[in-house]
Amino acid sequence: MDELTVKTMAQLRAEGKEPDFLFWVGSAGSFDDRAKRITKAFVRIMNKAGVDFGVLGTEESSSGDAAKRAGNEFLFQMQAFTNIEIMNGYNIKNIVTTCPHAYNTLKNEYKGLGGNYTVVHHTEFILKLISDGRLIIKGDLRGKKITYHDPCYLGRANNIYNQPREVIKSLGVDIVEMKRSKRKSFCCGAGGAQMFKEPENGTQDININRTEEALGLQPDIIATGCPFCNTMMTDGVKSVKEGAAEVLDIAELIADNI
Amino acid sequence: MLTSSIVFTLILIIALGTFAYNLYRIIANIRIGRDLDRSDRKPDRWKNMIRVALGQSKMVRRPIAGILHIIIYVGFIIVNIEMIEIIVDGVFGSHRFLSSILPIKLYNFLIASFEILAFLVLVACILFLVRRNVIRIKRFFGKEMTNWPKTDANLILIFEILLMSAFLTMNAADSILQGLSTHYTHVGSFPVSQFILPIIDTLSYNNLVFLERFCWWFHIIGILVFLNYILISKHLHIFFAFPSTYFANLNPLGGLSNLDSVTKEVKLMMDPNADPYAQASDSTNISPQSFGAKDVADLNWVQLLNAYSCTECGRCTSNCPANQTGKLLSPRKILMDTRDRITEFSYKKRNKLEDNKTLLGDYITSEEIWACTSCNACTDSCPIELDPLSIIIDLRRYLVMEESAAPTELNMMFTNIENNGAPWQFSPADRLNWKDE
Repeated sequence: MDELTVKTMAQLRAEGKEPDFLFWVGSAGSFDDRAKRITKAFVRIMNKAGVDFGVLGTEESSSGDAAKRAGNEFLFQMQAFTNIEIMNGYNIKNIVTTCPHAYNTLKNEYKGLGGNYTVVHHTEFILKLISDGRLIIKGDLRGKKITYHDPCYLGRANNIYNQPREVIKSLGVDIVEMKRSKRKSFCCGAGGAQMFKEPENGTQDININRTEEALGLQPDIIATGCPFCNTMMTDGVKSVKEGAAEVLDIAELIADNI
Repeated sequence: MLTSSIVFTLILIIALGTFAYNLYRIIANIRIGRDLDRSDRKPDRWKNMIRVALGQSKMVRRPIAGILHIIIYVGFIIVNIEMIEIIVDGVFGSHRFLSSILPIKLYNFLIASFEILAFLVLVACILFLVRRNVIRIKRFFGKEMTNWPKTDANLILIFEILLMSAFLTMNAADSILQGLSTHYTHVGSFPVSQFILPIIDTLSYNNLVFLERFCWWFHIIGILVFLNYILISKHLHIFFAFPSTYFANLNPLGGLSNLDSVTKEVKLMMDPNADPYAQASDSTNISPQSFGAKDVADLNWVQLLNAYSCTECGRCTSNCPANQTGKLLSPRKILMDTRDRITEFSYKKRNKLEDNKTLLGDYITSEEIWACTSCNACTDSCPIELDPLSIIIDLRRYLVMEESAAPTELNMMFTNIENNGAPWQFSPADRLNWKDE
């Protein structure tokens, strides 16, 4: 695998540089083994397209999404103020992130606390790279059956439905849609801090319900654009029918075909 | 004539008076809620109200219910033009007043369209009754749909069927009487009620007069009773859908509010130069608000307005991932509980009765609110943009910040974020390790 070129904002500042974009890696993208593969795939894409970006590295801290949704507004705002102080210190204007939860929080919730940034999700970002001709898709996924699971925090929360689909289509495949897609997409079960707790008592786990729907289409690949959805769907496939389909982030699909 | 004018005017004044009084009470109840500034972006708010409430844009996402609803809605508004005539006739003892001021062709057209709409409303209401009681569509059931909500829904439909039937029968009797007496102005076009004629044309003149008068009184008194009934019913949405969509959250659904009270505290905590005593003396005359909501008075007025606006259609609950996988949570119940509780809360407060209940605990349990994934399926699917999710989050805020009563795993997550800046137990120094792995 190619060597990744990643510089921190601190290194760039020492070199007297201000990059075009901050890549917000997020806690999952930094620490979770599965999510780290998504992070690296996205970096490979940015390296390939020659994107001028930096990361906060050890200066990055949880966006506070999970704390806020679990009701801990104190902790959320502590996190927000800390992150905003650091980002404003680096004069950051543009942020790209692979996590829809960080995307939503940085874009919609930091602005009331003094953090005004243009935030894009990596699927929007990749689509722009492709349409600007900075990223050439070499391979394709022809012959593969692929479905796309809309992350709630990208879809309903922020109305991003088409960009991820456009990126997938650039690989020469049509998406087989689930009955509950786009606006009607069914949650993976991780949002609202559920990722960090056992589900309440019920008749079924939410991720199983969703995975059964996806596997009902007999896809080769379940694509998504969120590290939490990825975990939930991966676990779902393991429980419902191990090996029945691969759960991959859109960044991974692209990184393997450039 | 004079007696009936006086009786009618009295009934009208009493009915409108009690309506105004009870509506005023509901508005006073809504004002119990905390302040929330929704006075911004007025043009966008008007547009949203016109599109979503007036234009019914979200109703047709479920086409069958949506189209039937639009028929009843349009019928309700248009047929109510006839109310002008009924009230003038009732007060002044005239008959078909509008026919004396409108061109005859226009009047005939109006009466004909009222009849057609009344008939369509009748059919739509019957179909709605069938969907509820015969087909038994799943979202009309569920544990919060106890006796009263079910009865309420059926009563509204039966009310409307009776009112429309009375209206059409009145027209049928009138159209025969027009040929028998000069008192009955020879006007109107009766495309629907003509089919009732064979049933009533054998009646004597006196019986026809009685039938026409009976239907007229039944219709108008029925409408006035219905008007007052609406205030204790889920049917209040016919009025409150408008303010609810006007004052709706216009920002992307994903963004939650930031609590200003917390911002103040956090800034104070993070500012090394802050003088803690200065803050205290500033706010000595303001009683501190709790963080989050334990009871209805801790919610904001838009949330309370939402609770009164909910018509219990259940689209939120039928899309809720927690509910659909058997969890206790039902977003519809959150709004219904909030309305029930604000009614009880204000009643007890007005009558100075002892009140040892709260919304959180006695109505909504923590198991319900901890089942939410904040996926916004409920807020997105609501035809009038109500926001049960904001209530769930405010209840969670109270549990966490006032009572430290989060589930254990979430407390561990909080501790991790506080100590390591990540929800898992990893060292912040390792945040960039992925680069070289």
